[in-house]
Amino acid sequence: MDFELSADEVALAEATRSFCEGRFPMKTVRELIDEGGVRRELWKELAGTGVFGMCLAESEGGAGLAMTEAVLVFEELGRALVPGPLVASHLAAGRLSGVAEGDRVVGMVELTRTPVLVEHPTALDALLAFNARGEVVEVAAAAIPREQLPQPFDPLTPVALAGHGMGGRVVFRGREAQAFVRRATALLGAFAVGIAARTVEMGVAYAQQRYQFDRPIGSFQAVKHLLADAATRTEVARAAVHAAGVTLDDAEAGILPVALAERAVTAGKLLACDAAVANARTCLQVHGGMGFTWEVDVHLYLKRALVLASQFGTAKELSERMAGYVH
Amino acid sequence: MNLRYSEDEEAFRRDLRAWLAGVLPTLPPVPAKDDWEGRRAFDLAWQARLYEAGYAGIDWPVDAGGRGASPTEQMIFLEETESAHAPYVGVNFVGLLHAGPTIAAMGDPGQRTRYLPAILRGEEVWCQGFSEPGAGSDLASLATTAVRDGDEYVVNGQKIWTSHAQVADRCELLVRTDPVAPKHRGITWLILDMKTPGITVRPLKTIGGSSEFSEVFLDDVRVPVANRVGDENDGWRVAMVTFSFERGTAFISDLVRSRELVASLAAIAHRGDIRRGIPSAWADSATRQELGRLAAELDGLWALTCRNVSQAARQGVPGIGGSVFKLAYSQARQAMGDLAMKILGRAGMSFGEIESLGNAEQVEGYVYGISMGIAAGTSQIQRNIIAERVLGLPKEPAWTSN
Repeated sequence: MDFELSADEVALAEATRSFCEGRFPMKTVRELIDEGGVRRELWKELAGTGVFGMCLAESEGGAGLAMTEAVLVFEELGRALVPGPLVASHLAAGRLSGVAEGDRVVGMVELTRTPVLVEHPTALDALLAFNARGEVVEVAAAAIPREQLPQPFDPLTPVALAGHGMGGRVVFRGREAQAFVRRATALLGAFAVGIAARTVEMGVAYAQQRYQFDRPIGSFQAVKHLLADAATRTEVARAAVHAAGVTLDDAEAGILPVALAERAVTAGKLLACDAAVANARTCLQVHGGMGFTWEVDVHLYLKRALVLASQFGTAKELSERMAGYVH
Repeated sequence: MNLRYSEDEEAFRRDLRAWLAGVLPTLPPVPAKDDWEGRRAFDLAWQARLYEAGYAGIDWPVDAGGRGASPTEQMIFLEETESAHAPYVGVNFVGLLHAGPTIAAMGDPGQRTRYLPAILRGEEVWCQGFSEPGAGSDLASLATTAVRDGDEYVVNGQKIWTSHAQVADRCELLVRTDPVAPKHRGITWLILDMKTPGITVRPLKTIGGSSEFSEVFLDDVRVPVANRVGDENDGWRVAMVTFSFERGTAFISDLVRSRELVASLAAIAHRGDIRRGIPSAWADSATRQELGRLAAELDGLWALTCRNVSQAARQGVPGIGGSVFKLAYSQARQAMGDLAMKILGRAGMSFGEIESLGNAEQVEGYVYGISMGIAAGTSQIQRNIIAERVLGLPKEPAWTSN
C-alpha cells in the first residue's frame, strides 16, 4: 500500500495548477461571468492539457489515465474555480465526438431533480440528461433550454429552466450509466476538495495580513481555530476523495466489488461538499465585511460549493446512502 | 497512490490471522475493569504470547529486540488484532509505545539491556510521570524537583493522570533539575523504580466510575543518577524524541473499534419496541442521516490513516497529519457518543448492560469520546498546533499581568 501521491501524480497536479494559474487567473474567471461561463479558446486550451480526454486510451487520443489521476486534476480545477461543464465534458469524451479535443462543450443535468436547471445553457453544444430510468441520454439539440435566468445564484454557473421534451438518444445505460454517475460524483467531490483547500489558503493569507487591535487577526485563537477546523475538514475530505478515485479504478479492474466504490464515492462527495461549503463560509467570516462584498472572491467559491452540493447527491441523500451501507 | 497491499503484506496478514485464530480461544476470561492485579496479569500474559510469536515490539527497531516492521505492517497488525477482538495493549501501553522506544533511542547500552527485554517479554509494566496538577497543556512548566545528592537525585513533587500507576514497576519521570533556566531547558528524564520509598499512589476515579489513572506523590524519593536517560537538563528533547516514532498508527485499533460501534449502534437503532408500539429510531430520517454522516467521516479518517501511514513509510519521519487526525477523530467520537445517547434514550441510563440491549459499550463510548478531546493534547491545543505549525499563523502574544 502506498497512498501518497507518486512522482507522476504530483507532476500532473502541479502541471494542472500552473496551467490554471497562467490561463485561469481570477481576473479571467471573473470575465467569464459575462460570457456564459465558457470562452471557446480557453476551453480548447483546457482540452489541450488533457482535462477531458485524459482517461481515454492512448489509441483514442487520450493519456490512458484513470480516476486516480482524474480526481487530482479536478481538485486543481476546483482550486482555480474554473467554470464550465467540466465534469460532463470529461465523462462525455470518447462517447460524443469532438469533446476530448475541446471542440464541443457538453453539459449534464439530472431530470430527477426539480426544478430541472441546465447549467451554462448558452455555451452548450450538447446536453446529457440523467433520467428516471437510470439512463444517460443526449437531449435533442432543439430541446436544450437557452434562456438564462436573470439572476443565477452563482454568477459563474448561469442556469436555464428546462421545458418538456428532454428525452433523446440513450448514451449510457445499465452498468455504464451507473459508472457514469459514480464518476460524476467522484469528480464533483474532487472539485469541491479544491474549493475547500483554496478557501483555507485565502482565509489564512487574509488573517496574516489584516491587523486589528495592533496585531494580525490570525494571532487570535478565535480566528485560528476556525481555520484549523477548516484545514482539518479539507485533509479528511481530500483523503476520502482520493480513496474514491483509487477504489473506482480497482473496482473497474475487478479487484474490488463495485459496492465498495459506490460507498467510497458517496463518502467522498459528502465530506468534500460539506468541507467546501463550510470552509468557504469560514473564509468569508475571516474576511469580515470585505468577505460580504462582490469584489472579494470568497463568494464565488461559496456559491460554487453550493452548486456542487446540490447535484448528484445532496448531503441528505448521501448520508442516507451511507446509513444504508452501515446496517 | 494506491490502496493495494503487496504480496508480502498480504502474507503477513494471513500468518497473523492464522496465529490469532489459534491463540485467542485459549485466553483466560477478561478481568473486571477495576481488578488491576488481574488486568496486569492478563495484559502481561498476552504480551508474553506476542513475544513468543515474534509480534512483540512490532514497530521497534530490530537492534532493540523489536520486529522492525514497516508502518504498513504495523497498520495491518493493529487492524487485524482489533478486528479479531484480541486484547488491547493495556498496561503495556507506556512501556511499548513510549518509555521503551525512548530508551531504545536515547538510553545507554546498560539501560537498553536492563529495561527493553522486560517490556517486550511482558515482565515489567511502565507508567508515565509527565503531567502535573499545574502542568497540563503547558507541560514544560512542570515543577517536580530533582536535586543532586552525590550519585542520586532527590525528587519531590506530584504527578497526575498517571495511567496504570497502581500496578507499574517503573515510571518514566520528568523532573526539573534547573529551576532558573528557561522552562524547556531545565528538565531531566529519569527512570523511577516504583518500589522506591517515598512514592504514594492515589487512584483517581473518572466520570466512567473506574480508576484508569492515579495521582502520584513523590516525597524525598531517591533516584540513582545512573537512571537518567540523556543529559541533565536535556529531558525535554528526550521526551520529544518519542513523538518522532509516531507513524500515523496511533489510533488504528481505536478507529477499527469505532466502525464496529457505529454498526452496533445502527443495529440498536433498528430495534423498536413492538409490544409498546414504539417505532425504531431508524424510522427517523434525521437519525439515519446523522449515522450515515458519521460513517462517512470514519471512512474518511480511515483513508487519512492510510495516507499518514504511507507518508511515514516513505519519509521515515512523521508528517503533519497527527494533529489533524487527532482533532477530526476526537470530534467524530464525540458526535458518535452524542448520537448514541440520543438513540439509547433511557437505555443510556446504565453503564451496565440492560437485557442485552447493547447499551453498555455505547455508554462507555460516550464517556470515552469526552476524554478524547482532552487526553494527549486537548482539541484546543491541536487547533493551535495546526494553525501555527501547519498553516503558519502567528502565535498569540504572550499574556502579561498588566
